[in-house]
Amino acid sequence: MAKLRGTGIAAVNYPTGMNLGGDPSQALIHATTTGTFVISLSSTDLGQGLKTVIAQIGAETLGVPFENVLIDTADTDTGPHCMGTFASRATHRVGNAVIMAAKEARKAMLEVAAEELEVSPDDLDTDGKGNIFVKGSPERKIDITSLALAAHFKYGRTISGRGMYIKPKSPVDPETGKMDPDSTEAHACVVAEVEVDTETGEVTVISLKSAYEVGRQVNPALVHGQIVGGAFMGMSHALYETTAPYYPSPDHAPGSFSEYIIPGPHELPHIESVVLEYPSVNGPYGVKGVGEMTANAPIPAIVNAVSNAIGVRLTEYPITPEKILRALEKSPKVKQLAENRS
Amino acid sequence: MSEVASEVIREMKREFKVVGKSVPRRDGIGHVTGKTVYVDDISFPGMLHLKMVRSPIHHGIIRNVDFSEAEKVPGFVRVLTHRDVPKNIYTILCLIGVGPDEEPVLAVDRVLYKGEPIAAIVAETEEAAMEAVSRVKLDLEELPAVFDVEEALKPDAPILKPWGTNYFIYEGHHCRRVRFGDVEKGFAQADYIIEEVYNTSPIEHAPTETTACVAKPEPDGRYTVYTNTQALFFTMDNTALILQVPFSKLHFVGGTVGGGFGGKVDVITEPIATLAAMKTGRPVKFKYTREEEMRVSSTRSAWRMYFKDGVMKDGRIIARKVISYADSGAYNRHTPYAVTKHAANIAGPYTIPNVYIDAYCVYTNRQPASAMRGFGVTPASFAVECQMDKIAETIGMDPWEIRFINAYRNGDMRPHQKVVEDATLIEVMKAAAELVGHKLPEHLLKMHSWDREKA
Repeated sequence: MAKLRGTGIAAVNYPTGMNLGGDPSQALIHATTTGTFVISLSSTDLGQGLKTVIAQIGAETLGVPFENVLIDTADTDTGPHCMGTFASRATHRVGNAVIMAAKEARKAMLEVAAEELEVSPDDLDTDGKGNIFVKGSPERKIDITSLALAAHFKYGRTISGRGMYIKPKSPVDPETGKMDPDSTEAHACVVAEVEVDTETGEVTVISLKSAYEVGRQVNPALVHGQIVGGAFMGMSHALYETTAPYYPSPDHAPGSFSEYIIPGPHELPHIESVVLEYPSVNGPYGVKGVGEMTANAPIPAIVNAVSNAIGVRLTEYPITPEKILRALEKSPKVKQLAENRS
Repeated sequence: MSEVASEVIREMKREFKVVGKSVPRRDGIGHVTGKTVYVDDISFPGMLHLKMVRSPIHHGIIRNVDFSEAEKVPGFVRVLTHRDVPKNIYTILCLIGVGPDEEPVLAVDRVLYKGEPIAAIVAETEEAAMEAVSRVKLDLEELPAVFDVEEALKPDAPILKPWGTNYFIYEGHHCRRVRFGDVEKGFAQADYIIEEVYNTSPIEHAPTETTACVAKPEPDGRYTVYTNTQALFFTMDNTALILQVPFSKLHFVGGTVGGGFGGKVDVITEPIATLAAMKTGRPVKFKYTREEEMRVSSTRSAWRMYFKDGVMKDGRIIARKVISYADSGAYNRHTPYAVTKHAANIAGPYTIPNVYIDAYCVYTNRQPASAMRGFGVTPASFAVECQMDKIAETIGMDPWEIRFINAYRNGDMRPHQKVVEDATLIEVMKAAAELVGHKLPEHLLKMHSWDREKA
C-alpha cells in the first residue's frame, strides 16, 4: 500500500482563570533577619514550575535578587488560602497576589532604608542585586542584609506584606447564557504534518509547529516546556488515549500502561514554536496563562492533517489505527491508488 | 493606532530584571534525580493501608455485604462502611454553591458505576488490605445500565438521579443555554448549511504519581494529611464537611504533585483516609493503584457535539447552532461546571452574529468524569477546528483564509455577551504561517486584532 502525507491547522483561544471567577489566592511575604524574603502560599506546583515563576515575580516587585526569595508552600497551618492549581490560573492569580504583597513589603523596606540613609523613601530605588540606593547617587546605598538586621534589631520594624487577588464571582444568565467566563484569553495556532500508513492505519506525526501568544512570559524556558509537553500530550490524545476504546461501550477498559497506550520518546515529532507576547491588562506583569492550552490545539491540527492525508473527514478522536483503517475503506484517494496498481 | 494598542506596545517594551529570564527551576534537579519527596515516599511507624471494596457491576442494588472472611485475613484491622461516614452524601462544588449533594463517599444501597467504592478496609500492610478486599462477599442485584448520553435522555432509560432525570438542571433548564442573535434567521440567509457531529472519548489523566494521601493523628488531637491534591484548602474544607469535624482539626500539607492535569481536584482519598486515621488512631495511607487510576478515577468526559452552521459564499459564518452532550458518568464532580465553560467556548474564537447553544451534562453508568486539562474547551476546540476545515472544503476556500475571515477581533461581541478585549488569533496565525513557510495572501497579512479594516 502507501504512505500518505497531510497537513492540518488549528487556531484556538484559551481562557485564563476559574470559569466565572470567584477563585481567590493569597500571599504573605516577610523578610528574615538577614534579608531573605519568604513568600508563604498554599499553592501547588504540579511540575510546571510555579514555585520558580512565583519567586521571579516576587523578586521583581521587591527589587531583590531571585536568590533572596524563598517560596514556602503548601501548608494550611502557615500558608494563606489559594483556590488551587487548575484552570490555567496559578501564575495569573498567585502572581497578582504576590505583587500586591511584595509592594507592601517593598514600601516597608524602603522606609527602613530611608531612615538608615537619612533620605525620603521616594528618593530610593533598588538595583536588583541586593542594594537599596539613593537615586542619582548610587554610591549612597545599603545592602539588604544590613537593612534587614537594622529593621529587626534597631528599629523593631517588620518588613512584610499581604496580598490577595480575586476576580469576583459572576453569574450566568440562565436564559441567554450571558456570562464573564475568563480573565484574559491566550491564543495558539498549530500546524501538524503527518504520514499515514494505509496498510496498518498508523499515523506518524512528523512535525508540530506552533505559534503561541500567552501574554508576558515570566520564564521562557518553562513556557517552552509547557509547549513541548502539551504538544506530546495532545498528540497522544489525538491518536491513542482513551479509557473506553469502543465508546460508548464500557468494554476493554485498559488497566495498565500496556493497554492504555501513550507514545514513547521515539515517537516525539519535530516540535518548533514561536511565542508572541502581548501583555494582558490584568495579569501579573501582563501574564495570561499557558497551562492547559498547549494540549488543545494539537488535537484538531493532527486530526485535520490525517483527514487531509487520506481524503476522508474524521470527526472523532482518538483516531486509532482501527478507526483509520475503517475510514480508509471510504477513501477515494486510496481507491485511486488501488486502481492505479491493478 | 488605537490607545489600547499603544498601551500594549509600551508594556511590551518594559524592562525587567528577573521576569522574562529563563532562570533554572529550583526543583528540577530533585525531580530528575528521584530525590523529590512525593506522598508515596512518606511513611510513619505503625502506618496502616487502606483499600476499597469496589462494585464489579455497572449498576445495581446492594443486597448484602459479608466481611466475615475478610476479617480473618492476618493483618486485617477494620472495615469502614457508609454508616461510619458522618456526611456520606456530598458534592465537591458545594463550596462554590453548586448542588445538590449526590455522591456517596461509600455506596449506601446502590452502585451506579463499575468500581464505585462500597467499603474501605484498613490493614497492617497493603497486601493484607488487598487480600481482605478480595474476600469480601458482595450480594448485588444487577440493574440495566446506560452508557450513551443520548440513550440516557430517552424516556425508557434507567433513571440514575434522585431528582428523577439523567441530566443536571441549570437554574430550571435542562441544559446550559446560550442565545445570541437569531440563528434561524441566519440559516435562512445563508448560502450553505454545513452540519456535522463530533465525538470524543473519555481520557485518563495518566499522571506519573497516582492519587494518594497519608492521614496521621497528632498528639494534640488534630490530623495532618499529606496529599498530592491540586487544591489544598478545597480538599481540606471538603474533608472537614464530609467528616463533620471543625476545620481547625485538620492540617493539610502538600504542594508538590507528580502530574495533576485536573485529576487531583476531586476529593477522593483524603476524607476516607482521615476517617480511618480517626477510627484507628494510627496513620493511614490510601494510594491508588495504576489500575484504579485508569478504571476508577475520574476521566475527561466524553462529548458529542452536533454542529449546524450557516455560511455565506464569501466564507463568513453567520449562524451556528450546537447541541452538546457531556458524559458526566455516574456523578457530578466538576462536570456541571465544565459544561458552562464549554458553552462559553463552543462557538470558537470566531465572530458569529447568531448563535444557539444547548450544552447538556448527562449522567451514565460510567466511572465519573471530572476536571481535566482543557475543561470543556478541549472538545470545543477540536469540534470547532475540524468544522472550520469542513466549511473550507465545502465552500472551496483555503483553510487559513476561512479562519482569518471569521477570527474575532478586539471590540467584537462574543455569543455569551462579553466584549473581546485581548484577541491575538490573527497574530498567532500569521506567525504560524511564517514559521511553516506558508505564504499568506496580502489581504490576510494586512489584518490584525486591534481594528477591523474599513470595508
